Amino acid sequence: MNSQTIKISARHVDVHYDKTHAIKDVSVEIPSNSVTAFIGPSGCGKSTFLRCLNRMNDTIESCQVSGDILLDGENIYDPKVDPVQLRAKIGMVFQKPNPFPKSIYDNVAYGPRIHGLAQGKSDLDALVEQALRRAAIWEEVKDRLSAPGTGLSGGQQQRVCIARAIATAPEVLLMDEPCSALDPIATAQIEELIDELRQNYAVVIVTHSMHQAARVSQKTAFFHMGTLVEFGDTKTIFTNPTDPRTEGYITGRIG
Amino acid sequence: MIEPNPYKSLFAASAQNKRRAAAEKRFHRLGLAAIFVGLSMLAILMTTIVTKGSGAFQQSFITLDVALLEAKLDKKGTRDLDNLKKVTTFGYAPLIKVAFEQVVVARGIETDLTSKDMAAIVSKSAAAQMRDCVLNDPGLIGTTAEFKFLANSWIDGYLKGRVTRETIANNKNVSIAQLDFADQLIELGIIGKSFNIQFILGADASDQRPEDAGIGVAIIGSFAMMCVVLLLALPIGVASSIYLEEFAPKNRLTDFIEVNIANLAAVPSIVFGILGLAIFINTMHLPQSAPVVGGLVLTLMTLPTLIISTRAALKAVPPSIRSAALGVGASKMQSTFHHVLPLAAPGILTGTILGLAQALGETAPLLLIGMIGYVATNMPETVSQGLLSPNSAMPAQIYEWAKRADPAFYERAWGGIIILLIFLVTMNLIAVTLRRRFEQRW
Ligand SMILES: Nc1ncnc2c1ncn2[C@@H]1O[C@H](COP(=O)(O)OP(=O)(O)O)[C@@H](O)[C@H]1O
Ligand SMILES: [Mg+2]
Repeated sequence: MNSQTIKISARHVDVHYDKTHAIKDVSVEIPSNSVTAFIGPSGCGKSTFLRCLNRMNDTIESCQVSGDILLDGENIYDPKVDPVQLRAKIGMVFQKPNPFPKSIYDNVAYGPRIHGLAQGKSDLDALVEQALRRAAIWEEVKDRLSAPGTGLSGGQQQRVCIARAIATAPEVLLMDEPCSALDPIATAQIEELIDELRQNYAVVIVTHSMHQAARVSQKTAFFHMGTLVEFGDTKTIFTNPTDPRTEGYITGRIG
Repeated sequence: MIEPNPYKSLFAASAQNKRRAAAEKRFHRLGLAAIFVGLSMLAILMTTIVTKGSGAFQQSFITLDVALLEAKLDKKGTRDLDNLKKVTTFGYAPLIKVAFEQVVVARGIETDLTSKDMAAIVSKSAAAQMRDCVLNDPGLIGTTAEFKFLANSWIDGYLKGRVTRETIANNKNVSIAQLDFADQLIELGIIGKSFNIQFILGADASDQRPEDAGIGVAIIGSFAMMCVVLLLALPIGVASSIYLEEFAPKNRLTDFIEVNIANLAAVPSIVFGILGLAIFINTMHLPQSAPVVGGLVLTLMTLPTLIISTRAALKAVPPSIRSAALGVGASKMQSTFHHVLPLAAPGILTGTILGLAQALGETAPLLLIGMIGYVATNMPETVSQGLLSPNSAMPAQIYEWAKRADPAFYERAWGGIIILLIFLVTMNLIAVTLRRRFEQRW
């Protein structure tokens, strides 16, 4: 496995919301072509840290980020960087499925359209189909592409959202608890999908389910009260954690 | 210890449950009663308006054959238009007397009235009506033409039952003999009521001629103002709402602006009127009584309400849509215009139309800038005239009529209210339809 290539490297990141110190000196290296899981109890800062990676925190006025985050060696918080362009490179899937109230086709085609990725209609059609296929939803929606995306089931909506995110050809895919609003069958489908997506993207997934982390990820980062307690191979973290807090969380004593 | 469940059998209602059921039933009845009271009020209002106002749409007309004598209208016999124009309405008035004399003889009408008193039952607008007709077609001179004159407001009132022999005992405008004369003319079919399109299309008339007054020019005035309001308030209101809601940082300044917009929405409209008088007319020297000034004043008045409703519509768009758009790399503006604005559009449209409807019914500020009813006497011929020449608006015209002493004007005020209400109801219906149409998209 070439999981040694580092896609994102975060160094000494601190995040403040007004008076809340949400992330305390976190450094982490996210490899490409693998799934990295962020786990930890609710409110420990997983989402906050994830949102630092594509600068979605910029939209929260009270949020202050310091430290360096490098994407392929380039600092994404450099003043020269346009966050809009950054977000085209780093796709995001949210906790609650949030398709646009437009057709399935328009949902997926939106990213390519605004970034000018397709030349002409047939090109765009091919792009949409490819994205929907990769998101393992093509077979279910191919006959109703013009139907509203909001009319699908939760699991289908979430896969359309994944298709929408990968349609802009990102290099990294961030997922914030993508299965927390889904039933077990839809969850299994998404997990399978995440495993396939790893071929092409660096995937970062936030989850509060340790079992999910164990099933889908190769690397795991355990957060606790804003600090990164432990980061390493998923196998090691789950079988042989070095920090007592990690062990406590995994065995269910902290949660 | 845990208390046992207080309910014994499901079939035996407990005392508490009975009280609860009774309370629910009382509340139910109270609600129904409230709705009933509301609906009856509405019904009473509507019937009053319709019964009092429908008369304005009907008018009494007198059909007469008038000999257009060359000796009176064109002494030189040249049919030269400039010469014909020199003959004023005073030159035409005697022709009506002659026409009545001829009718009395020809149809065997018995009356002691002088020809002057007979001619008095015709509206004072009759001579002008003939003159316009002759100037339009000088070939009529020397022939006998049929004219449909308005009856004056007293005879009209007599036909509509507003005027009776008892009520005019000491009236100088109309006599019992004239009513007797009118009775005979009615029998002969010379006087009759018919639909009066001039009430809807025409202009206001002087105090002396209520039968000739129409609301048409004021409708044009209102329409011109609504255009100004729509053209200014919609873009300014939507742009400032989008900026405040989506882009502006939340700080002291924006808080201050927000509070003041809310305050402005509560400012009485007459304050905007006096502001308009001071700024637009006294300082900027825009023409008085002009719909463009009225439109500006109503824009100022409508903007705060429009901004508040637009911001509410924008706030109602779920934040997850914004995150979704930003997440795929849309800029703030793309997210706003591609996703947020279309979702907020029905709310914005409804707010705009309701704001316009409110502006359409506004009277007080217009009175202050001189858009009083009686200036609505000339139909504007061009767009710039429509905006710049003195005019009134429907509610101001209604107010003007209601203020005049003659009861015939009172009837026209009610008629004007019917027209105003038709406009308002239409606008609200459009608002509701648009809302339904857009919301059903998904
Ligand atoms: N928008 C925000 N404004 C202020 N505080 C926030 C905001 N988002 C998160 N926080 C705070 O930051 C901390 C971490 O939250 P979060 O990243 O959402 O945790 P997690 O995703 O691990 O449950 C919490 O204490 C939370 O209250
Ligand atoms: Mg979270």
